Amino acid sequence: MLFDKIAFYFFGGLAVISAILVVTRRNAVHSAIFLVTALLATAGIFLQLHAEFLFIVQVILYVGGIMVLFVFVIMLVNLDVAIRQIQFNRMWLVALLLTVALGAQVYMVFHYAHTGMKEPLFTLPARPASALEPNTERIGLALFSDYMLPFEIASILLLVAMIGAVVMAKRKV
Amino acid sequence: MLNSLYEFFKPHLLPLLFAAVIVAVLPLLAGYVVLLERKVMADMQARLGPMRVGPHGLLQPIADALKLLLKEDIIPENADKWIFWLAPLLSVTAAMLAMAAIPFGPFFQIANLNVGLLFILGVGSMGIFGIVLGGWASNSHYSLLGALRSSAQLVSYETAAGMAVVSGVLLGGTLNTRGLVEAQARGHVWFVFLAPVGFFLYLVASIAETNRAPFDMPEAESELVAGYMTEYSGFRWALYFLAEYTNMIVVASIATTLFLGGWLRPFSSWHKADFLDYVPMLLMLLVAGYSLYRAPKQPISVQKMFMVAVAGLCLLLAVILGLPQFAPAGSMFVAMKPGVHGAFWFLLKVGTYLYLFLWLRFTFPRYRFDQLMKLGWHLLIPVSIVNVFSLGIALYLHRSAAEGGYGWGMWSSIAVTTVFTLLIAAWLLRKSEQPPATPAVDSF
Amino acid sequence: MLSITHYLVLSLALFTIGVIGVVTRRNVIIILMSIELILNAVNINLVAFSRLFGDTAGQVFAIFIITDAAAEAAVGLGIMIAFFRNRETVLADEMDLLKW
Repeated sequence: MLFDKIAFYFFGGLAVISAILVVTRRNAVHSAIFLVTALLATAGIFLQLHAEFLFIVQVILYVGGIMVLFVFVIMLVNLDVAIRQIQFNRMWLVALLLTVALGAQVYMVFHYAHTGMKEPLFTLPARPASALEPNTERIGLALFSDYMLPFEIASILLLVAMIGAVVMAKRKV
Repeated sequence: MLNSLYEFFKPHLLPLLFAAVIVAVLPLLAGYVVLLERKVMADMQARLGPMRVGPHGLLQPIADALKLLLKEDIIPENADKWIFWLAPLLSVTAAMLAMAAIPFGPFFQIANLNVGLLFILGVGSMGIFGIVLGGWASNSHYSLLGALRSSAQLVSYETAAGMAVVSGVLLGGTLNTRGLVEAQARGHVWFVFLAPVGFFLYLVASIAETNRAPFDMPEAESELVAGYMTEYSGFRWALYFLAEYTNMIVVASIATTLFLGGWLRPFSSWHKADFLDYVPMLLMLLVAGYSLYRAPKQPISVQKMFMVAVAGLCLLLAVILGLPQFAPAGSMFVAMKPGVHGAFWFLLKVGTYLYLFLWLRFTFPRYRFDQLMKLGWHLLIPVSIVNVFSLGIALYLHRSAAEGGYGWGMWSSIAVTTVFTLLIAAWLLRKSEQPPATPAVDSF
Repeated sequence: MLSITHYLVLSLALFTIGVIGVVTRRNVIIILMSIELILNAVNINLVAFSRLFGDTAGQVFAIFIITDAAAEAAVGLGIMIAFFRNRETVLADEMDLLKW
């Protein structure tokens, strides 16, 4: 239990700090590195939640795939000029408003969940971790039985995205 | 407080010890792989190779490491300082982390994860960041070009390697590295015989993934100086070097675990071949005898002493490996046997695989970058996908595989599907050899 | 497992930071990265609830979201490369061709 807490606060804190750094760094490569840290910290949270398969999917796909793509593109477009330009637009007010609205919404959710519901959601005891074991097998079965159609649609989405990216990035079609 | 801390760490003590051993031994091992490489290269080119430091150059790795530690560490003025500092560390960390899930024997493993194989692949794929960021941070054209080439190459060959690994996972029915070896023990066959195409694809893809010749595009000496490592010197450069050789050991370990039966002895379930259990001891005795025979012929007395020390070490290993054979049943040494012999066979297989790497390096000329990409995308990836499909069909035809037995029906269906895959590969090869109507690939 | 509130608050924090990034940054690449942060925050929620109810559905949907993120990154970065080749800029408020 103590270990659970330590792991959660460590990974959670790491994720939040690096997320803040992602949106405040001037240099896009630095942002990308901190995004990698944030994603790895999230993977740690998944591990703490006993979702091993998702942990490894996060590491392979997000960190090893998507982020490599990001870094690759940052290097292709020469950003030396871009770094010296102003990095933030004058939208702080909008951002503040959005944040306040989000906070208010979440506060309302918490409030009603504590008072309005018959069964309080936030103190609901978790099912034992063994309910999800063996994790990889359970997810595989779910993907290929209950979620077969969404799975196929996702693969078509990937195919479309792949063709789209090739068409977009190629010089002469 | 201290007591509860001890209670907390108690189950993790052995893994921590293993981790410490691996972190301590790996740099040494990598250094000796370099020495082996230079010796093999020298042998193939009819030279002697390093001979000065220690007898037959046996102390060369240590001298090299000392030299690199003492060298001046230069950071280019326009480099991005902290990324320049971070990148080699990333490379080494990723490579070393991947060692955590590799089973060196039935007992010697740091973490027995149930997604172990994916963990190794995933952590290994993080090593790309070290290369790419290092190349970018150096702020030099050679470095950047090397980094771009390297990331393109690694990402494309990772797909092929992943699909090749799937063929082994299909046969074993698990992602757990130890479970894979146990599946091969149950089935009385190494998966390389059931999935030869998968093994070959993994061999090619793993050479490309570790940036070895003939696919060493990112650091092609004759074109890019040293690729992403051009601006690195001293200890940081040594870290990149360490990462490269650690990665070689990691991919060799994956191939050993997945296709070559891990820690299993050849013919491990055939009792007529039990005499093979004496091979480790005899091999060590042979090496010890040879070093003793060579010792008086060394020029300096220090080298003589060193040769004797080597012989002593080999004798010690021979005793450790041989004791379980001669100890009375039920004693501690017999219980030790699976672990000790497992580690020996595992390392022997890893060494053979590495030797294959070196052999290929000194035999083949380097590919051109567009040829490399073409080989990856037009040949390896389609063939690996076809391979997964045909293996799946073979397994579907013979469900008995799930119970661990591989009967004649299994063998014949495997043979038919393998031939099918090879035919597809041959067709793709012929197609790719015909000159395309327009220059197809726009490379860097 | 800690109470679900912990995970909700963490996810909210990441989500908000992502939204702030999308709204305030000018560099398109960093905007895309902020979107990844937002998707990631959603994933934490899904996995936490999947653990709470002992149901794999949440994790399956997290996998779908990761797939979606990959598709989005590929197309988004493709568009960006095409745009950079034509206009030599990666700043969002200079992408104003329709205002000519």
